[in-house]
Amino acid sequence: MSANQLALWYLVAAVSFILALKGLSSPASARRGNLYGMVGMAIAVLVTLAVIYSHSKNVLPILGGMVVGGVIGAIVARRVQMTQMPELVAAMHSLVGLAAVFIATAAVNNPEAMGLHAPLTGLHKAELFIGTFIGAITFSGSVIAFGKLSGKIRSAPVVFKGQQYLNLTIGIAMIGFGIAFFASPERLQWTPFIAMTVLAFLLGFLLIIPIGGADMPVVISMLNSYSGWAAAGIGFSLDNPMLIIAGSLVGSSGAILSYIMCKAMNRSFISVILGGFGGETADAAGDDQKKTVKSGSADDAAFLLSNADTVIIVPGYGLAVARAQHAVKELAAKLTQKGVTVKYAIHPVAGRMPGHMNVLLAEAEVPYDQVYEMEDINGEFAQADVALILGANDVVNPLAEQKGSAIYGMPIIEAYKARSVIVNKRSMASGYAGLDNPLFYMDKTMMVFGDAKKVVEDLVKAVE
Amino acid sequence: MTAGVEPIVFYLTIFVLAVFVGYHVIWNVTPALHTPLMSLTNAISSIILVGAMLAAGPAQLDWGGWLGVLAVTLVSINVVGGFLVTQRMLQMFRKKEPKPADKA
Repeated sequence: MSANQLALWYLVAAVSFILALKGLSSPASARRGNLYGMVGMAIAVLVTLAVIYSHSKNVLPILGGMVVGGVIGAIVARRVQMTQMPELVAAMHSLVGLAAVFIATAAVNNPEAMGLHAPLTGLHKAELFIGTFIGAITFSGSVIAFGKLSGKIRSAPVVFKGQQYLNLTIGIAMIGFGIAFFASPERLQWTPFIAMTVLAFLLGFLLIIPIGGADMPVVISMLNSYSGWAAAGIGFSLDNPMLIIAGSLVGSSGAILSYIMCKAMNRSFISVILGGFGGETADAAGDDQKKTVKSGSADDAAFLLSNADTVIIVPGYGLAVARAQHAVKELAAKLTQKGVTVKYAIHPVAGRMPGHMNVLLAEAEVPYDQVYEMEDINGEFAQADVALILGANDVVNPLAEQKGSAIYGMPIIEAYKARSVIVNKRSMASGYAGLDNPLFYMDKTMMVFGDAKKVVEDLVKAVE
Repeated sequence: MTAGVEPIVFYLTIFVLAVFVGYHVIWNVTPALHTPLMSLTNAISSIILVGAMLAAGPAQLDWGGWLGVLAVTLVSINVVGGFLVTQRMLQMFRKKEPKPADKA
């Protein structure tokens, strides 16, 4: 295969990736989109394999690695639960990051094997430097994100004095070693290269530890973006336009998702990165106003629900943790049988990653034409008889509309406008933002305490 | 006219244009599919598999070559796992009518 043919096949693959992402514009075309992605990847792998075979005949180690990795990937994809998607995605980002570091290291070690000029030109060294440090930050950052999301390490922010200065110093030192790598002759290049890589690993770790659980949707989108930029960086180093295109697509995708998540939480990207937000339960009920909540049983709540004309269900992460989505679907089906109109309202940050709640509901076979995004349904709460809030807190907190509160300006689901509100929570503990929620103290609000799954199952029985 | 232009300039051109394409394509993705979008982009960024294969491709593998083999293994987890888990999620979104006009 000539170099031109190879480049043209790579172009076909790159176009397939664009079509793959385009497919996700609607659920109807999404599966075809995913298929495009697979075809693109298959083309890229096969032509690369053909080229390597014609050069060295040594494809067995590659095939061996692919089989081992592929089998692991297939098992993981089959076994993972939908509630674990955020962890899985974080783990996968880390693999892309680590692979980028390995590839760059191999290229520094033996440029000719990668089709590069030996000794490396200054430009390629600079590109390898960029690919390596983005990859290393992606790796260690994703490992921490994985730990926090899976509960293996505490999700509360780790903050200490001088943290930002330490990060800045490490960042500057890392770039300094990068420049030294760039400037050093071949026999001296390893020391700065290794120092730079180690510092980048350290930096990825330090950048993510101060970020609390509430901001995880942003972090995971951000790391998604980084993994794309790492791929693009490797593409530049290896003079491969397909890697540049695919990496840029992923990089911009992650960046847009980070932006959407920040906007949904009314947080600036910078303040998320600086971290320290959420995790600790700050002064809930700071004012000593006497506040009482009205709590009720599942039977009381079921009575309200069965007599309603319209019910809007607001699911939050508590619902996912309790694995109550199937029970909720059953409840909705029972209510629909009784002539009640049931809709779901989803906040962009419900769940732990963008779109997480939609997947959980889809898994429970909730028809997606009953599921509405926040801005599409907020206008309907004023006409709704009951808002049933399951395991959500901050995203329905009316304090967001009050000047001076910590979450002021955050777009919320306006559940408080419904004629009556039923809230299921495990306890009165505050949400991620550590804020009290005035919604719980309203006259029209009934609290039903308990595990979401148990409560919803009781509701199903009571409605019957 | 492009005779004296270094390849890096072409790569930069491709890069900038690809970012624009990405920007416009991604804003069209329905918010309901943001999780599958992430797992799919994850699979796509595993395209660095191509780089890993080149690193693992020489006739004689030194330690750098074996590092390449390791990279091939790691990224293959992502390629297969990423596409399959996306497919699994998207299966759940089918057999119902598409939601009308759902924009970001």
